[in-house]
Amino acid sequence: MNKTLIIIQREFMTRVGKKSFILLTVLMPFIFAALIFVPVWLAGIKDGEQKTVVVVDKTGRYAGLFRDDASYRFVPAAAVTPDLRSDTSEVEAVIAITADLATHPAAVAIYSRTEVPSDLSSLAENVLSEQVRRDKLAAYNVQGLERIIDDVQGAAVDVRTVKWDETGRETASDTDLATVAGLLFTMLIYFFVLAYGGMVMQSVMEEKTNRIVELMVSSVKPFQLMMGKIVGVALVGFVQLIIWAGMVAAILGVCWHLFGLDPATAQEGAALTAANPAMTEAATDGSGEMMAALMNLPFAELGIMFVLYFVGGYLLYASFFAAVGASINAQEDSSQFIMPTTVVMIFGLYAGIYGAENPDGPLAFWSSMFPLTSPIVMMVRIPFSVPLWQELLSLALLYGTALLFVWLSGKIYRVGILMYGKKPTFKEMAKWLRYK
Amino acid sequence: METFLSARHIVKRYAGHTALNDVGIDVPRGKIFGLLGPNGAGKTTLIRIINRITAPDAGEVLFDGRPLAAEDVMRIGYLPEERGLYKKMKVGEQAIYLARLKGLTHAEAKRRLTEWFERFDIMPWWDKKLEELSKGMQQKVQFIITVLHEPPLLIFDEPFSGFDPVNAERLKQEILRLKDRGHTVIFSTHNMASVEEICDEIALIDHAQVVLSGNVSEVKSRFRTGLYELTCTGPRLESEAGSYEVTAAHQVAGVDHYRLRKADALTNSELVALLAGRVEVRAFSELLPSMNDIFLKTVGGASAAPQQQKP
Repeated sequence: MNKTLIIIQREFMTRVGKKSFILLTVLMPFIFAALIFVPVWLAGIKDGEQKTVVVVDKTGRYAGLFRDDASYRFVPAAAVTPDLRSDTSEVEAVIAITADLATHPAAVAIYSRTEVPSDLSSLAENVLSEQVRRDKLAAYNVQGLERIIDDVQGAAVDVRTVKWDETGRETASDTDLATVAGLLFTMLIYFFVLAYGGMVMQSVMEEKTNRIVELMVSSVKPFQLMMGKIVGVALVGFVQLIIWAGMVAAILGVCWHLFGLDPATAQEGAALTAANPAMTEAATDGSGEMMAALMNLPFAELGIMFVLYFVGGYLLYASFFAAVGASINAQEDSSQFIMPTTVVMIFGLYAGIYGAENPDGPLAFWSSMFPLTSPIVMMVRIPFSVPLWQELLSLALLYGTALLFVWLSGKIYRVGILMYGKKPTFKEMAKWLRYK
Repeated sequence: METFLSARHIVKRYAGHTALNDVGIDVPRGKIFGLLGPNGAGKTTLIRIINRITAPDAGEVLFDGRPLAAEDVMRIGYLPEERGLYKKMKVGEQAIYLARLKGLTHAEAKRRLTEWFERFDIMPWWDKKLEELSKGMQQKVQFIITVLHEPPLLIFDEPFSGFDPVNAERLKQEILRLKDRGHTVIFSTHNMASVEEICDEIALIDHAQVVLSGNVSEVKSRFRTGLYELTCTGPRLESEAGSYEVTAAHQVAGVDHYRLRKADALTNSELVALLAGRVEVRAFSELLPSMNDIFLKTVGGASAAPQQQKP
């Protein structure tokens, strides 16, 4: 059996067999969901108590506009009395309006002994701005103004996005959905490259500090050891992805079942919307429409590209991490190498996020060609349809660079793993490059 | 005597100093070769060069008559001084893994390993993680891993460090057994007592150079002092010009103990014959210097000389 295969096998089995791997793989989707939903949920919780806000309105025109809600009770008052300022006051805040706001827009202020809650100040701003706008419009003496205003306020446009496929047929599309899908894949690649690249570095360093590497290189070529490690860890990543994909599919299946939706009808919906736009209007079910758009995402292309960019990006970064792990003697030394890498990757992530708004703009284009960021950025662009030549060029650049990195890292790796405490000079490195 | 491995004119320099300066050794086939020297003399560097872990700046290594090639590492078993195995991996699993990397099949590795584990009475450790074992136990496991693929050349760097006397003796017997089965052994140490017990040939490295080498008994006779110990009964011996000189004498319970210095002209047999004619010989032995004495004499003398290599 090939020695590299033996190493791959070990790297894979020791990781997948760990309890922590199984636990983390199962829990991770829930942790992610919690990370997204818990802050939203927490922010949504009111502290329950209705607070009293005193409205001191010198003009008498605005006090009546404030309506009590779950958070605030508004009490009109004639003037700001000293006991409102005192510590013992039950009053949360005082809104003081001193003049006609249409002519003196700055004649209002909120006083409080603590920081004024932002929801209160925005509430006051909305209520007062609305009234001032009405007052100003009223000043033009237009007939039937009230009706006009009510009509105008109800007006809103919902732009339906439709994509033509190759034959010019209409298909349902959803820009937001495409953005979310792209960002999801981008985040996955970013997360995997960093996490698994880090794992490679950790493992290389462990072998070095364990001193087992001296025994290992008396059996196998350092390059075999490095590649075995990189490939073994990558396989662990794939297994994790497949498990997650399975879990997501299961969860979606349960959701569809619960909400009375199933993929078959969604597909039907997609076909129907394409055939007859009028049907879309008739279909009041928004989620059905979204399902239709979801079905029309280029799944095959996304899947293939994800795998290609995942492999290329991982190979590039993991080989770099392996070389770093081999060169350093202690965990503490790693930061000076990891910092610049992380900066490049975070740049890629931001380029991806902004690129989602303008998928064919220069930032998105160039960063999806540059091999260090292309795996992250290109995934955002693919749901928006990228010309084939760009995909091919980007992939060619990525794989070319990745192979160069693997080759260089292999050279550095076999020098590094045996250098204890001593910093190798370039002359020594050159000698090692020639050594077979 | 056939040479199995020979290193010629090896030079290895590091940034600040020279680790090996024109070092040459010849390891005979099927013998135990002791690589001696004080700490930092360059022993480990030489071993690493033989294992192809480091490249020499100059010089060559001949393995079995031809230049050492990359595949030859499969025919070497190496026990590094800095012991290291995977801490989190189970003992049996990791031994099989390392054996497979040395070219054994899974089944063969398992069979041989079971044999070794049973011989060392350590079968219960098979499924334990390495970190659960004591240091001495880890050493045993590492020794087994080193020899499992039965390579023609075995290199042990300080094999006895970390072993208690009982296990050190056990290990010594194992090394001698390996020699009997035709393995060539390079054995690096600064424990001189073990050298005398097991080594056939030695090379003493000091300050990056071979300062002494050869067959152990030949080296010893090179350092012979001409002193003998004689236990006898009978008439009192006096110094005799041209044959021997009595340097010390005492009597215990009617038995005389002498220390004699032999004249260069006489052979040992002639001296014994001469003495046998005068007294009743109970014991007669030449006082050969121990390897420890030789080591101290050679290294001590060298270190008194001006040091050129080290910065």
